[in-house]
Amino acid sequence: MNPLQERYSEEIAQVLSKYPADQKRSAVMPLLYIAQREHGYVSREQFAQIAEILEISATDVAEILGFYTLYHDKPEGKYRLQVCNDLPCALRGADQFLEGVCDHLGVKPGGTTQDGLVTVEAVMCLAACHRAPMFQVQSSEGIAYHEDQTVESAARLVDNWRAREGE
Amino acid sequence: MNDILLRHRQIPNLDQLPIYRQNGGFEAFKRALTSMQPDEVTDLVKASGLRGRGGAGFPTGMKWSFIDKNVFPHYVVVNADESEPGTFKDREIMESNPFQFLEGVMLCAYAVRANEAYIYLRGEFWQLAAELDKHIEYLEREGLLGEKLFGTDYSLRLYTHLGAGAYICGEETALLESLEGKLGQPRLRPPFPPSFGLYGKPTIVNNVETLANVPMILEKGADWFRGFGTEKSPGTKVFSLSGNVAKPGNYELPLGTTFRELIFEHGGGIPNGRSIKAIMPAGASSSLIVADEKALDTPMDYESVPSVGAMLGSASVIVVDDSVNMAWLINKTMHFFQHESCGKCTPCREGTFWMRHLTERIEHGQARWEDVELLNEVASNVKGKCLCALGDFSTEAVMSSIQRFRHDFEIKVLSEAPVSVDIKVSNP
Amino acid sequence: MSDAVAPKIDENLVTLIIDGQPVAVKAGTVLVDAAKQAGIDIPVFCYHPKMEPVGMCRMCLVEVGRPQIDRETGKPALDENGEPIIQFGPKLETGCTVPVAEGMVVRGYTDNVKEARDEVLEFLLTSHPLDCPICDKGGECPLQNLTMNFGPGQSRYIYDEKKHLEKHVPLGDLIFLDRERCIQCARCTRFQDEIVDDPVIGFSQRGRALQIVTFSEPGFDSYWSGNTTDICPVGALTTADFRFGARPWEMQQSASICNQCSVGCNITFNTRREAKSGGQTVIKRAMPRQNEWVNEIWMCDKGRFGYHYTEAANRIQQPLLRKGGQLAPVSWDEALAAVREQVKKAAGKMVTLAGGRLSNEDYFNIKQLSDAAKAPALLYSQMAGGDLTAQVGLGAGSNLADLGPGSTIVVIASDLEEEAGLWWLRLKQAAERGATLVVANPRSTKLERYAQHVVRYSYGQEAAVLQALVDSLSPKNPQQSEAVKGLLREDALKATAQAVQAAENLVVFYGSDGTSLAGSTALAQAAANLLIATGHVGRANNGLVAVWDKGNAQGAWDMGLRPSADLAIQLKEAGLLYIAGADPAGDDPQLAAAVDAAAFVVVQELAMTKTAAAADVVLPALAYTERDGSYTSGERRVQRFYPAVPVLEGARADYAIAAQIGEALGLELEQRSTAKIFRQASETHPAYSGLDYGKLAEVVAQWPIIGRDDVYYGGTTYDNTQGLGVKLDTAAERGETPALSLEAAAEAALPSGLVAVPVTRQYDHGNTISFSKLLDPRREEPQVVLNPQDAAGLGLSEGKPAKVTLDGVQASVTTKIDKSLPQGTALIPRSLGLPINGPTAVKVEA
Ligand SMILES: Cc1cc2nc3c(=O)[nH]c(=O)nc-3n(C[C@H](O)[C@H](O)[C@H](O)COP(=O)(O)O)c2cc1C
Ligand code: SF4
Ligand code: FES
Repeated sequence: MNPLQERYSEEIAQVLSKYPADQKRSAVMPLLYIAQREHGYVSREQFAQIAEILEISATDVAEILGFYTLYHDKPEGKYRLQVCNDLPCALRGADQFLEGVCDHLGVKPGGTTQDGLVTVEAVMCLAACHRAPMFQVQSSEGIAYHEDQTVESAARLVDNWRAREGE
Repeated sequence: MNDILLRHRQIPNLDQLPIYRQNGGFEAFKRALTSMQPDEVTDLVKASGLRGRGGAGFPTGMKWSFIDKNVFPHYVVVNADESEPGTFKDREIMESNPFQFLEGVMLCAYAVRANEAYIYLRGEFWQLAAELDKHIEYLEREGLLGEKLFGTDYSLRLYTHLGAGAYICGEETALLESLEGKLGQPRLRPPFPPSFGLYGKPTIVNNVETLANVPMILEKGADWFRGFGTEKSPGTKVFSLSGNVAKPGNYELPLGTTFRELIFEHGGGIPNGRSIKAIMPAGASSSLIVADEKALDTPMDYESVPSVGAMLGSASVIVVDDSVNMAWLINKTMHFFQHESCGKCTPCREGTFWMRHLTERIEHGQARWEDVELLNEVASNVKGKCLCALGDFSTEAVMSSIQRFRHDFEIKVLSEAPVSVDIKVSNP
Repeated sequence: MSDAVAPKIDENLVTLIIDGQPVAVKAGTVLVDAAKQAGIDIPVFCYHPKMEPVGMCRMCLVEVGRPQIDRETGKPALDENGEPIIQFGPKLETGCTVPVAEGMVVRGYTDNVKEARDEVLEFLLTSHPLDCPICDKGGECPLQNLTMNFGPGQSRYIYDEKKHLEKHVPLGDLIFLDRERCIQCARCTRFQDEIVDDPVIGFSQRGRALQIVTFSEPGFDSYWSGNTTDICPVGALTTADFRFGARPWEMQQSASICNQCSVGCNITFNTRREAKSGGQTVIKRAMPRQNEWVNEIWMCDKGRFGYHYTEAANRIQQPLLRKGGQLAPVSWDEALAAVREQVKKAAGKMVTLAGGRLSNEDYFNIKQLSDAAKAPALLYSQMAGGDLTAQVGLGAGSNLADLGPGSTIVVIASDLEEEAGLWWLRLKQAAERGATLVVANPRSTKLERYAQHVVRYSYGQEAAVLQALVDSLSPKNPQQSEAVKGLLREDALKATAQAVQAAENLVVFYGSDGTSLAGSTALAQAAANLLIATGHVGRANNGLVAVWDKGNAQGAWDMGLRPSADLAIQLKEAGLLYIAGADPAGDDPQLAAAVDAAAFVVVQELAMTKTAAAADVVLPALAYTERDGSYTSGERRVQRFYPAVPVLEGARADYAIAAQIGEALGLELEQRSTAKIFRQASETHPAYSGLDYGKLAEVVAQWPIIGRDDVYYGGTTYDNTQGLGVKLDTAAERGETPALSLEAAAEAALPSGLVAVPVTRQYDHGNTISFSKLLDPRREEPQVVLNPQDAAGLGLSEGKPAKVTLDGVQASVTTKIDKSLPQGTALIPRSLGLPINGPTAVKVEA
């Protein structure tokens, strides 16, 4: 009936158990993460599925998705390479680093590599200012920090992904 | 000096429960539950003079005593949103000294008679949340969390909750809205969380670092704690040092340590043969302090920093060297605030947009002096008129830099009208 | 009988000074309202007095000073002149969120405040397209008004760097959004969320990208959506009905009453002469008209968009007379002569049938005519109890807005949001204020969300439920039926009994969810019994309310019309069947046969219904928008409506037609002045005694002050200048002791097997809906609603086609599933293709 509910019923039940029974709505953010794991973005159908589980309107779910930057509503790169170029990082060369990574991958910030594997984004402070340049990678496996980076180390990481894809 | 919060730097593997317990961990919690009334815990924290480390510096014990005792359930919500640019202290505490932090949360919950506590982490702390979940499970297995603890009637459960990328969710009422599954937009205050918080119930919201102090206060007493820092700002503070400095990182130092000591002794001074130009003591939300001798000798505590025209805030010290033009710098901060304005109130929503627009223009050499003046005016239109403090924060760097670093702007603006203007500021 | 309207004198008044003027208002009032009460404007955008303050737009910033308190005495500290010392905070405060406090000083005129307003307006305008000359809201736009009154002369921003956004975004079929014009005040989203609990629109993104969106299916489709276009303080939201229709200042206004349901919402029709209608005056829109006793400032979409039937192209414009088997156009004289001849001939064999939408004046004349002809005057309805509401109905001076703590409201056998939306809204609000709401229904309805107690019973037991309450409170009836005994053991019923016992005020609403006329009779009597037995009659905010199936059914009862238990037989045997505003033949094949069998049929109608097509004489009637009259609402408030558009040539008012037919019997019924007819009615009907049109037209000042001339709630609603109507008193208030009738409530014996029960849907197939371009597509499809187990047993599931056979009539319908429905029951919405008059055996097949 509800694919999300069916596929992740245990995990969803566990999430719901965190919140009071009459406050199911609190689970909207965790459920969006679960939904997003599937394809790297949340589809319109999934809004409705989450809404049904939480007994709220699909619009309520869409609102949450739109407000927060870690949710996405369209397919992009499988890996989102999110470089912090906020003030503290920028004081330590993050803008040049971002440019270097973009040049290397042949994209502009916000763009996706031709093979559809990597989307490079500039993001706000990630609480790692002392280890700039840095970026985080958002993918179906969650979010991982990569600190004290160089363009070369970032390039190696992407190469690894590509190699893995090739297998 | 890593006496209280960054103890893990001296005690290896403090992030493992047995090691933490060998070092006195959870004794305070056990003692509180078995031999202290909740209010006694609050009183002790009051006596210690501990002030909130989230930014506002509000006395923690006093906040706890405000909890509405006529309405139940009570909740504790930990602010682990840590999103102020330049701040990375809570992350280290939670990663490396997690049990001390959790014990602090548990003591707070006991003190305010809450049986449930939520730890709201910024979404990027995804792995950290997973680790904390494991620790919490471990504590449950060890009988330190759960029903009827230590044979008392007291039960407690902790939960983590992940945000998803929104600075505003660090503002405590926006955080509560977010935790309720709504847009992270601030609420009107009053009522304040201790009377109307999560799900409309009495709630204490505290920062991670604030709570991580509590176990040691219980263990060693208020007087011991007051042995650090100044009279009005007792204790140590984790200063997140970043920017143009040789050794950026977290430094736990007594409140009242001077900027000079932090930046030059601990932080190793300014690299690349540059000299220091400005300091932002409270991250991107900070005014820019001209880094003259007087400023460098100013003690970093809640009372002294205002004397050089800024606030201590979250004590995330961003160092700016003399290669930096402030027009560039405020364009960065405005980019941040424009991106993070929640949009609920008019001055912040519109003002951050126009300020960003103008800083972009100025930074790209396409502005006239009128534009700098307009920028200053827009900032003053925003300041003091918004629903929450984010709006005010957005104006601090702008107004202070125009006032204190006027020359930086003079060299950026055109004497004549720009030939063409092609600036697009896109919305987030 | 008159309503105590002026705000109640309250001891808890707080005195403060606003702009130098002392103001005394109720504690808890926010500053902008306090100022408004004193005639001082503190401009607002996001604030709306019907919603919780949010303090978002920052337009209402003012300087607020509070008396300094002397620590020692706890009293205000005084300066050397003996004046209290007032301390002003460092920041401006939002007047919409700060409640008044004793001794407070508010300054709304200082340079600081003026600058702040200028700034907020400038900020808003930098994002706004300033396309007033082509904007629907122009002329009734708060942003426009406030810019004129408070705005800066000039903007300092560069105009061509403003944001440009989509201007014609359909949020659904009903409402369009202009993204550029939106000022993010959230009035619309808060209305949908807070007021009507249908959060189908919301904000997406954040910061300056914040925008109204819907992701609900099928979009912004709410029973209440039109209201958002009223409260929108700019022209961002418009209805698909009125969009680009006309400019506010070009239109005339006429006061009217919506007759779609028995709430009787006060409305204003806006009209304009139009070339494309051949220079005719046409209705451009229906808007709410403030009446805090009835609809406050709201109306539902059915009322807003459903008026189109009055101007439909199929209106009859000339009398028709059957000649040689064919209906042929004839003159009024010829048609009336034919009817009069039949009236004379029928002698004692005439039967009158009138629909529930006519005016009191129509009913009065029709009843006079019928009495003179010794004809039964039948009301075409399946609901009973109008005599009981006249005895123990809601007392004079009642206002549902007064129901709060201490009041218990029982709603039984009604799906209130579907049957009478505004009452659903007002009872929801009463529950939110603290009234104890009890909802009794065999299935789940939306009102339940706010109920303290939910009572479930089986269809057919509705009277027994109330009887059980009576018995548990005052066991007066030793012969308890099994059903009553069973119900008495239910927890929800026990809790309800306690709530009823504890109630200071008790109001019972009963509807027709699942009832036949017989069931309705029993239910109404049981409800009256409960009120009488517990002493909740004859005073304000207590009594019985019928959720009628038609807008003026109560008026019909008051004027003496009654429904018939064996309608088909009565129609069939009529020597002369005189039908006004009813279409029995269109509704039910059995009744169609009966109409066919009647010896001679006269029908007065707006359009060619099936019944009209079967008549011997058809007389064209005026729509209510073309004439005046009065209606009596379900709360028994008599209200006037006025002509909005000129009469349709060739048609006559129902009361006039009745009077002209009456000439056959030597009657001299009034045919011109509804005022006169109303006065005649007031002379013969005690509840209407002393009333006249003048009284119905009286108005008093209302709070909140909202309406056209207001600078910041302008466009929201119309001021009420043409009458608040009069709440009738009840027999109980006139000292007539109401009878407690304790015969065991008739329990309808239900057939075995699957039982079909009738329910009501907001958008049914009644002909008022089908003429509205916007509502027609929202009509429910013909359907059968089943419990999931029953459906599975029949091989059916949600959305599957099914065949339903009822009383020998078969129809193809769609299956709908309702988990809350008791097993063995099939819901058949009324007026959705299948005739259904009460619980009856049904066959459902895949
Ligand atoms: C825009 C804004 C962002 C904030 N971000 C944070 C944050 O990331 N972490 C934090 O602890 N407090 C933050 N605060 C402060 C909180 O609102 C609140 O004061 C704090 O959590 C209280 O805890 P404390 O008393 O322990 O400091 C922020 C405040 C504002 C106005
Ligand atoms: S100041 Fe900014 S962040 Fe705070 S409520 Fe207003 S718009 Fe939102
Ligand atoms: S903030 Fe007061 S009216 Fe909007």
